[in-house]
Amino acid sequence: MFTHSRLITTVWLAFSVTAGTASAEGLNLGKPVDAAAIAAWDISIEPDGTGLPPGAGTPAQGAHIYAEKCAQCHGPDGKGGVAGVTAAPLVGGEPITDISAAMKRIANFWPYATTLFDYTRRAMPWQQPMTLANDEVYALTAYILAQNKLIGENDTMNAETLPKVKMPNRDGFIVRFPDAM
Amino acid sequence: MSISDRRRRTKSSPIEAVAGNGLLDRRALLGRGVVFAGAMSTGAFGSVTGAAAEPLTDAPWSLEPGTTIKVYELPSRFEKDVVRTLNNPNGQPGAQGARTPHHLMNGAITPNGLHFVVSHGGAPDIDPDKHRLVVHGLVKRPLVFTLDALARYPMTTRVTFLECGGNGGPLFSPQPLQANLQALHGLASCAEWTGVRLSTLLEETGIDPKAKWFIAEGADAPHLARSVPLKKALDDAIVALYQNGERLMPANGYPMRLLLPGYEGNMNIKYLRRIKLVERPAMSFWEARTYAPILPNGKAYQFYLLQEVKSFITQPSPGLTLKEPGFYEISGIAYSGTGRIAKVMVSADGGGSWAEAALQEPVLSKAFTRFRMPWRWDGGTATLQSRAWDEAGNVQPTRAQFVAQRGELKSVPPVGVVLNHHFNAITSWGIDSTGEIKHVYA
Repeated sequence: MFTHSRLITTVWLAFSVTAGTASAEGLNLGKPVDAAAIAAWDISIEPDGTGLPPGAGTPAQGAHIYAEKCAQCHGPDGKGGVAGVTAAPLVGGEPITDISAAMKRIANFWPYATTLFDYTRRAMPWQQPMTLANDEVYALTAYILAQNKLIGENDTMNAETLPKVKMPNRDGFIVRFPDAM
Repeated sequence: MSISDRRRRTKSSPIEAVAGNGLLDRRALLGRGVVFAGAMSTGAFGSVTGAAAEPLTDAPWSLEPGTTIKVYELPSRFEKDVVRTLNNPNGQPGAQGARTPHHLMNGAITPNGLHFVVSHGGAPDIDPDKHRLVVHGLVKRPLVFTLDALARYPMTTRVTFLECGGNGGPLFSPQPLQANLQALHGLASCAEWTGVRLSTLLEETGIDPKAKWFIAEGADAPHLARSVPLKKALDDAIVALYQNGERLMPANGYPMRLLLPGYEGNMNIKYLRRIKLVERPAMSFWEARTYAPILPNGKAYQFYLLQEVKSFITQPSPGLTLKEPGFYEISGIAYSGTGRIAKVMVSADGGGSWAEAALQEPVLSKAFTRFRMPWRWDGGTATLQSRAWDEAGNVQPTRAQFVAQRGELKSVPPVGVVLNHHFNAITSWGIDSTGEIKHVYA
């Protein structure tokens, strides 16, 4: 009986803690962790620039990195078309005239420029994700945005300037089920 | 009542046709064999039962001991074709899809080896002892959990389907793609998942009232990340550790994945290593770009979230053949991200008339529900369709209704390439007088 009632008490404690209060009564099997310890994993970037790291880069700097680390899959001019590789084109984009995802490009579809930094840093290069320095990611982001004529050839991208880049399709989206959000 | 009495009685009560082109009353399925006796009395099984069976003999495997038993069993060698199909078997950069062979399966649960996979960066080889899950952001107390720690929390088990947002994508084609069910709807599966409620962990971290969303992120190469409304975390989200009773399969998120019952597959983050509570969605690549389906007016849906009510017929379906006229069971799968399936209607005449299918118990919320419909094929042309309703009153659209809202592609895409998402309209199988089955629009 002792074991039985203790089990019930433990389960009760686990569920009796109200949401919104740090628990002194739950199982407490998680270890407290501070921001410094999470830093290497905390790579989320929000559309307003929250989370963008220090650093900067220009289109000219990005062009060199692109040629070395990106062109083999995305093509020398960023337009894709490399035989046997399905990597998406990064440059160009006709007006959208079909419901096909094949029409989606950075310039005609992506709503936020921050997404380009975020995705490049977390997922690229394909064979070696998370190996680019923040300056390199800013430079590549600047290069791709400039190739798409979304920023000037001499514009520097950093935590201040990148969230201010106006993407053409920013307002092109409809939330499907607002009540679920 | 003796068996012979029963046989006489059923012989005198032929099964009632309930809709056009041979659909029979679903209650016949409850008769534990009565339906077959009844069907025979109408002559449907005549050609099967006309000739006497061969004499029975002992086969070689009955005359010697069998093989030794393995520590982990695989299906019979005769079932070698019951496997997933891969769209990117060499792992080229880009997504890899593995599709479930629904046309060769039955029941409502997908075995782990056949569960569909869409992988955006391959399956990482994770050492479970070194894996960590951190919960941080707008919480009162950021916490990091080991797998051992999570495994000590009270667990919950539920059966739920997962479906890729791109499942059914080939049906956006302006002409019906000639492909089997596996190619058309194989990116959906259903399993029993066991894990810890996400709300249990958030009770321990506490929640800052400013938090409205959470970002979930995986430990895979692309660090796949999706933003999820916090409402879902407090509703039925689970950090899943077990899939059909065993630890998760590597391609399904070993050692832990986020499980968001009824939500778009891609949001159910595999290899879950981080949950960050935030005020706004992050607009990750996968939500801002990939899983945002384009609409006919050039706008796109964002945060589709839900997998809507849907069904399809698994047997018969393309690739299978009706060998002769007679009795068949039309069988399929229905599901809804909103809740339980309330009703499935089946048509054998392209929607001209409908009859209600039997639903196999248990009918669970946000899970596959197997439906069955007795049918007597007269050997002529037929168009089979299924249509599902869920308990919230949502109804699966006809293809015409769906296309009117969502449009269709301007050209026929290659099989296996998904160019739009969230297709949940009726799927039609056309049967000709030879018994061959094709994908048709009706």
